[in-house]
Amino acid sequence: MTQKVRIAQIACGPEYSGVQKEIYDAAAAVDAEIFFPDIALADIRRAADEFGLDVRSADLKLAIARAMALVEGEVDADAVFIATCFRCAEAAIVRNELRRYIHEHSNLPVVSYSFTERTTSGTLLTRMEALTTIARRRALLAREEQAGITLGVDSGSSTTKAVVMEDNAIIGTGWLPTIEVIKSADDVVARALDEAGLSRDDVQAMGTTGYGRFLVGRHCGADLIQEELTVNSKGAVYLADHQHGPSTVIDIGGMDNKAISVLDGIPSTFTMGGICAGASGRFLEMTAKRLGVEITELGPLALKGLSKNVPMNSYCIVFGTQSLVNALAAGSAPEDVAAAACHSVAEQVFEQQLQEIDIKEPVFMVGGTSLIEGLVHAMGELLQTKVTVPRHSQYIGAVGSALLASGYIREE
Amino acid sequence: MAKVFIYPATSLILSDLVARFGHQPLGAALSIRERIQTAGVESPPLQITPEDPKRGLKYAAVEVPSGVRGRMAIYGPLIERAEAGVIVTDADFAFGCMGCARTDELILFSLRQRGIPLLELAYPKDEEEGVAFVAAIRRFLAGLKEGGQ
Repeated sequence: MTQKVRIAQIACGPEYSGVQKEIYDAAAAVDAEIFFPDIALADIRRAADEFGLDVRSADLKLAIARAMALVEGEVDADAVFIATCFRCAEAAIVRNELRRYIHEHSNLPVVSYSFTERTTSGTLLTRMEALTTIARRRALLAREEQAGITLGVDSGSSTTKAVVMEDNAIIGTGWLPTIEVIKSADDVVARALDEAGLSRDDVQAMGTTGYGRFLVGRHCGADLIQEELTVNSKGAVYLADHQHGPSTVIDIGGMDNKAISVLDGIPSTFTMGGICAGASGRFLEMTAKRLGVEITELGPLALKGLSKNVPMNSYCIVFGTQSLVNALAAGSAPEDVAAAACHSVAEQVFEQQLQEIDIKEPVFMVGGTSLIEGLVHAMGELLQTKVTVPRHSQYIGAVGSALLASGYIREE
Repeated sequence: MAKVFIYPATSLILSDLVARFGHQPLGAALSIRERIQTAGVESPPLQITPEDPKRGLKYAAVEVPSGVRGRMAIYGPLIERAEAGVIVTDADFAFGCMGCARTDELILFSLRQRGIPLLELAYPKDEEEGVAFVAAIRRFLAGLKEGGQ
């Protein structure tokens, strides 16, 4: 039996929001356990003075003292989960500063989350899985080269992708919209194998990631079933040939977004989510449909337009679409609307998620939306830096899975 | 005997003082005990379920954080039942501690709005103040009649 990963919880409010059990359940699902760093009353008094953040709430003072105990080595942990109530300004300041403090002064992987009473263990599962993977599977994540013949499948919310790799090169790819999860996976695998000129029997190891990873993984008998945060980080630095040092990976997905601060190919801090689909690839799909263009044409169209000509910055996909319809009805040019939609999505990801991680250059954009040039351009403008899109970036999860799966090839 | 809301609501010392002087203390223990004794609820550690923040909408709007509304689902009904209140401000953590400053503000405001007899006093800093502190609470409680009049 493997030893449970011990995740230290630093929080204010989950027990009063009725979501503490959800946190426990999410941790238990990935063979981890939540614990509260044990400290003395004197530690809280000292922390309030020494940390220098004069908060009013006692639970936040306790959170600061617990973070200091972790950083100072008074309490042992494998990872840290910071959680506070959504919409609490005081807690948001503490959550952000503690995440930064732990990240800068320790090697502990950290994830921070703001919850509501509607938060479920399912929402937290991927984050907990990533935390435990970073803590438990550092050796696996240290892999820098793909070996043998491996298959990676990324069963995403919008699209399913597969790649076949052989001796550190991509030799086959497949990409289809996700309709029936298993059938879509079977179809992209068939396409990738066909392009590679191989059969399923030739594959020595297989990995799956994405929302459908468990279902597809069980169906295909995958050797590795892994969440997309660690897999995409690994895939991004591998494809960008930047496996060492710091970097930032941004993946604007069909249903949620990931912003990951990476060090040597391993996530150190990350955020995942989005308040509404207004800040996801889904909104860009809707924009393309309304403009009557293919999603692949949206990016080039946006590059020809000026986003400032169309007001659009809604957190909500419905209100965002309303802005889009109003703009077109008022005679705005389609290219300006396309640019505004890209800018809107980039701005929301910038405001909601990129503020929660430390942006370190180089910045990589990955996933299907990274092929929308207008979106990459808008993100670069907001970050005031060059955003790099590695080749095959749309296959990032599948490549990461295939790369990591080669650690499971059994010696003949 | 009057029902006396205590603040900090977690203070065992304050709860004991109120009970010792012949009144019923209304504090966190009452509501938490009620939840813990409810059979069939599985929501550790306090048995507060996601339904509680929704019940808390009676005391705070939906844009108020869930932790505040969940806490108000515990303390709000007690404040409604209270016939008097003893409020100790700037208390030491060891005396009794409430976790969320925003909830504290709402609790104190709600108590003051009720128009019931309230004793508000600061936590004592030395022994002399401590003696005066207990004496003040005793005088206040002794003056309370049935129903907090």
